[in-house]
Amino acid sequence: MWMIYTLNGFYFAALLFLISLGLNIILGVMGILNLAHGSLYAIGAFIAAWIIINLGTKVPSIFLYLSLLSGLIGVGIVGYFMEKSLIRFMYKRALEYQLLLTFGALMLLEDVIKMVWGGEAYYASAPFLLLGSVNMGRHVYPAYFLLVMFIAVIGGLLIWLFMAKTKLGIMLRAISLDREMATGLGLDIDRLSTFAFVLGAGLAGLAGALVVPTTPALLGFGHEPLILGFIVVVVGGLGSLKGALVGSLLVGFTRSFGIAVFPEIELPLLFLIAGIILVVKPQGLFGR
Amino acid sequence: MLNNPKWITYLLIFIVLLFIPRILSMHDLMLFEYGITFAIVGMGFNLLLGYTGLLSFGHGAYFAAGAYTVAMIAKYLPQAYSLELLIPAALFFSMLLSLIFGFVCVRHTKIFFSILALSLSMLLFSLLFKLYHITGGSDGLRVPLPTILGISFKGIRRPEFLLGTYYYVLLGMFTVSFLVMKGIVSSPFGKALQAIRDNEVRAELIGIRVRRYRLYAFVISGMFVGLGGALWTFVNGHVTADLSHWVFSGEIVYMTLLGGFGIFEGPIIGAFLFTFLKLYAMGHTEYWMFVIGATLIILVLLLPDGIAGAFSTLWSKIRKKSY
Repeated sequence: MWMIYTLNGFYFAALLFLISLGLNIILGVMGILNLAHGSLYAIGAFIAAWIIINLGTKVPSIFLYLSLLSGLIGVGIVGYFMEKSLIRFMYKRALEYQLLLTFGALMLLEDVIKMVWGGEAYYASAPFLLLGSVNMGRHVYPAYFLLVMFIAVIGGLLIWLFMAKTKLGIMLRAISLDREMATGLGLDIDRLSTFAFVLGAGLAGLAGALVVPTTPALLGFGHEPLILGFIVVVVGGLGSLKGALVGSLLVGFTRSFGIAVFPEIELPLLFLIAGIILVVKPQGLFGR
Repeated sequence: MLNNPKWITYLLIFIVLLFIPRILSMHDLMLFEYGITFAIVGMGFNLLLGYTGLLSFGHGAYFAAGAYTVAMIAKYLPQAYSLELLIPAALFFSMLLSLIFGFVCVRHTKIFFSILALSLSMLLFSLLFKLYHITGGSDGLRVPLPTILGISFKGIRRPEFLLGTYYYVLLGMFTVSFLVMKGIVSSPFGKALQAIRDNEVRAELIGIRVRRYRLYAFVISGMFVGLGGALWTFVNGHVTADLSHWVFSGEIVYMTLLGGFGIFEGPIIGAFLFTFLKLYAMGHTEYWMFVIGATLIILVLLLPDGIAGAFSTLWSKIRKKSY
């Protein structure tokens, strides 16, 4: 049984990693905590579910898996318009306004989801069922979960390579280190910020799309992932990519073993651990 | 005090408030009572946001602490279920909770403080939600009418209770809270908080113990919010775990900003406006969150000082012109 819990821990961590990576990129580059991140995740889930349901079972299964990417692309587009129309005006404003604006965006998006997709649940389990399960000694494990982990690892590696090696990534890191200095050096802050927001939003959408084959998309789908994402960000350290990785693993494993051992207080336990870490190390594990 | 035009206005408003039950219809009066409870909440919240410069996205937790104190006493200790015991109990438990949570939160400022306050309120939420055999979980707990100074209200329906006695209880509580908060913000302590808000380093250098003062502000603010929560339960008749959810905390932030956190009276005005705006939106469209969200965004972009702030700027402009 412990092997299953460990794998589940990795699975939770993989999803959380994608969510908190997006939160952290937006927070690091633009200094804005995006409260609407959970709604972007939910939109990703709804887009993917809608496409998978409409594709049906007649198409080759590869299209089903490719359609999971629609979360990334679709929410990236939503993020583009969100940044251009709202977030853009917030860079120089006080923290209160930044948070409240994204809070307003959260309420707005929740109802937009309701307007577009109605209040019903969207079941899109085809990609999950088609993969079947893998035999692991005495237990079987859904192969789809392994696929999600694989995608998260690939995604994490790509982001890391992008941030560390490409010029665009280095520019983004420069902005997150010192916005004024970066402006002084002639970086096009406006366009880079748009790009960072689109990237962060897209990652949230991708996570939502990856979840939807395992659980139906519902209203209020993004609330819990958002809170877990916050815990990861706080525990790992604001704006730190390494922190997002370690934080996700910590939260993912606490959740997986928490559900197994103390199902009733799994969430409180998580908060307790996060609280202890913060009292000991207030800036988070990898915070600056 | 009475030669100050501001206090004369307060007095006039108080006299009008005395006659509100005769002016408003049943339905509007109930909304107005929700507004009063949120006005107390807003005042408490603004001690932290407007005067200390800390934005908490988790004050729903202290609201829930006050509300659940009442509901739990109703369920487990019915012999102590009288208003004069419930209020001190609610104040005590919201103080205790804000002391514990505040101790962790005030080590940080800015965005870190906000996320921490939010996460801690979600801790309370998850406890209230998961321990459903004690707290009622998402179904919540029912809150009966309390006895007031030995007078029992058994057999009286809630609307009648709210229309008569309870309105004056609320008004009394509100007036006391108003005076106490006014005293706090104009006391040396209140000035010290404002000094911390404006310049933390300078405040520390002139000998203000910054972190401790922040904790005091946090606890006082939590107690006001808890009091508001406790008073709110009797109007609402029902408590659920959602009170500690961060979305509810967001609504508290919203009403404070709607009125304007730069002005003492701002959150009070915001509380009433928000109560009526929310009900109006809920009554007219299924997509009330859209309306509230859009209003919030417009507010942030166009009226950053809130309604009261905008009026006070307008007023000072008019006065300048007339000179």
